[in-house]
Amino acid sequence: MSKEWKPRIVAFFCNWCTYTAADLAGVSRLKYAANIRVIRLMCSGRVDPQFILDALARGADGVLIGGCHPGDCHYVEGNYKMLRRFQMLKRMLKDLGIEDQRVRLEWISAAEGEKVKRVVNEMVGQVQKLGPLGIPEKFEEWDKEMEHFAAQVAEKDAASACACEPQGKPALATA
Amino acid sequence: MSATSKPKIAFYWCASCGGCEETVVDLAEDILGVVAAVDIVLWPVAMDFKYQSIEAMPDKSITATLLNGAIRSTEQEEMAHLMRRKSQFLIAYGSCAVSGGIPSLANQFPREQILKFNYEDAPTLGNGGSKTRPQLKFAEAGREVSLPELHNVVRSLDQVVEVDYYVPGCPPTPNLTKAAITALLEGKLPPKGSVLAPDIALCDECSRKKSKPTNLSITEFKRPHQLLADPELCFLAQGVVCMGPATRSGCGSQCTTGNMPCTGCFGPTSRVRDQGLKIMSSICANVAPKEEGDIDKVLAGIPDPIGTFYRYGLAKSLLRRKVNLPANGK
Repeated sequence: MSKEWKPRIVAFFCNWCTYTAADLAGVSRLKYAANIRVIRLMCSGRVDPQFILDALARGADGVLIGGCHPGDCHYVEGNYKMLRRFQMLKRMLKDLGIEDQRVRLEWISAAEGEKVKRVVNEMVGQVQKLGPLGIPEKFEEWDKEMEHFAAQVAEKDAASACACEPQGKPALATA
Repeated sequence: MSATSKPKIAFYWCASCGGCEETVVDLAEDILGVVAAVDIVLWPVAMDFKYQSIEAMPDKSITATLLNGAIRSTEQEEMAHLMRRKSQFLIAYGSCAVSGGIPSLANQFPREQILKFNYEDAPTLGNGGSKTRPQLKFAEAGREVSLPELHNVVRSLDQVVEVDYYVPGCPPTPNLTKAAITALLEGKLPPKGSVLAPDIALCDECSRKKSKPTNLSITEFKRPHQLLADPELCFLAQGVVCMGPATRSGCGSQCTTGNMPCTGCFGPTSRVRDQGLKIMSSICANVAPKEEGDIDKVLAGIPDPIGTFYRYGLAKSLLRRKVNLPANGK
């Protein structure tokens, strides 16, 4: 992490509104931070909370979800489903020690290329301030308490292996 | 009465409540058949064997070890490694060994907070406010004794050693236990890594399935003590959080038959990575309101989402633990 760190943000954009808006931003030559990796889904309602936490668990520093404005969903209700999940997910993320600003839900219509630019830049700025989330590194760090012990066991095994040859089989059978 | 040709079986417990041991006894008369067919070489809850005897056995000489409980201390870690080495098959038995179980809810708190509460602040402490903490080492008269250390992270068995099979449940039901032991003894085992339970959601065997609404529209959540539940109607239709849709079947739907909702102890089916997120996704997407404030009001009916959705599996969830806790806390 000695090199200049840049946030990596995974974005799930719905096909009908936000992804089209990102296209529009591109066609309009709007510049926004290059830190997001966009994944296109048919609907924000398709965003399984597992996708979000899986992204974080694999090293993303933030997740942005973009869907159609309320009432505009191509599938009528999909964005409401995402909103309801998101309201609970926010509470769970808080309980699990992940800052609010790392996971964001935005409604961006196909005409709002400008909003894609604003939201992405804003979020990259916020996550930049928070610093790396680094969950894969945390997993490794957590498991160090076992490395330490494994070394002890290996040492003990080596010591006992030379100390005593395998003894006769003790009576182990049960009634 | 030793019969050397009989397969050797071991039962061991780690961070658990003892309920899994009860299930073995719950086999009732069937346990006699098991005892007749195998040599039990270790079963701390019921029989007096010494760890040294296990250490002295050749590697892989135990046919199978059914290990219950999460791995939470250096002693449990050591025993998990020992039983792994001595066993041909290591079976994670019960929710704690399979996915961390209730003990892994401790993964929401730093170790120091847990120790402080239990040794200093708990109102039930009877040691006169001495604030005595267990010491890892103590020397007297030139001899040193040691105690196991509590890990910072509670782990499932397979996060510590390789596991061959999983028998889920809190505790596993006698039918599954019997099926697992029979499969072992007859050598009719599924591919390594299998969960020895049906791979379909609990709803499939629940008697209330026909009353499960196609379109849920939950306007209020009720906890089991807040209503007189209809004994036949799907719990979700009554606004009660039921983990059935995201939980493996095989328990005989004992809870829903007993008029209590499923709390998810059998863990997810093979297609689901994170049981808690999956059921949260399903249930929360089906609340009625469409405005943030109104949605929050309904969702407030689930006051402890981590404890509700991850009751038996925080250790095996995608994040495993509250992510900003220290890795090695004083």
